[in-house]
Amino acid sequence: MVYLTRKAEFSASHYYHNPALSAEENRRIFGKCNNPNGHGHNYTLEVTVKGEVDSRSGFVVDLKQLKEIMTREVLDAMDHRFLNKEVPEFLTQIPTTENIAIAAWQRLAPKLQKAQLHRVRVHETPDLFVDFYGEP
Amino acid sequence: MKAHLSRRYLFSASHRLHSDAMSDDENRVTYGKCNNPYGHGHNYRLEVTVSGPVDASTGMVCNLVDLDGFVEREVLSRYDLENLNTLKEFSKKVPTTENLCVEIFEILQRGFPQAHLERVRLEETMMNSFEYAGGAEPRK
Repeated sequence: MVYLTRKAEFSASHYYHNPALSAEENRRIFGKCNNPNGHGHNYTLEVTVKGEVDSRSGFVVDLKQLKEIMTREVLDAMDHRFLNKEVPEFLTQIPTTENIAIAAWQRLAPKLQKAQLHRVRVHETPDLFVDFYGEP
Repeated sequence: MKAHLSRRYLFSASHRLHSDAMSDDENRVTYGKCNNPYGHGHNYRLEVTVSGPVDASTGMVCNLVDLDGFVEREVLSRYDLENLNTLKEFSKKVPTTENLCVEIFEILQRGFPQAHLERVRLEETMMNSFEYAGGAEPRK
């Protein structure tokens, strides 16, 4: 089994707000992130797949195809977007780094054929990142 | 859905690697330059990973403000700009980055119940790093 990781970057804005909570509770839990006009990050998406090395190609996965899937499924939807308003998952969920990693996994997993998705890592900043392994 | 959240912090400290259980010669052979009696310093990079279900109401594994506050209060303010050899946890233990990594894991394990502690990773320099997951195999 070999693990292969591909990175991509995207930039997006978001804010944290739960309409089920009062304005005061939202401010207390989310602090500055609750500013309704949003703020932005340069995100890094890191996708790790695992599989056996194909004896003909020497690949676990065709990197060009993996890049295309990442671009089509995640970057085209999230890059230079206001996540709360433009990405369907975040009309009903808060676009925290946790939920972005889960959304990326759910978009990518069904599109990968030969290799199996192992981990999605999303960096919100160099000092904060979330890993999702598809665990319930 | 269970997710893992990792946060990085920086602190700077000095130490000297010297074991009272060894002779001066043995200490010099074992620790080399790190045995210099006046000590030396590093900019440590700490990476804390916690895990848990993503809360449906907040979208979070745990509130970052709580984690940052705890690490600031219990770890960074304890070790930043200190000489590790002068601290009580290193009065009998050599302040190697292995031992410091375990120490920080235990501080978090004892005092931060808001999420499950997965591992602590500590970079002493850009070239070396240490990980401790409380005896478990750190997840890749």
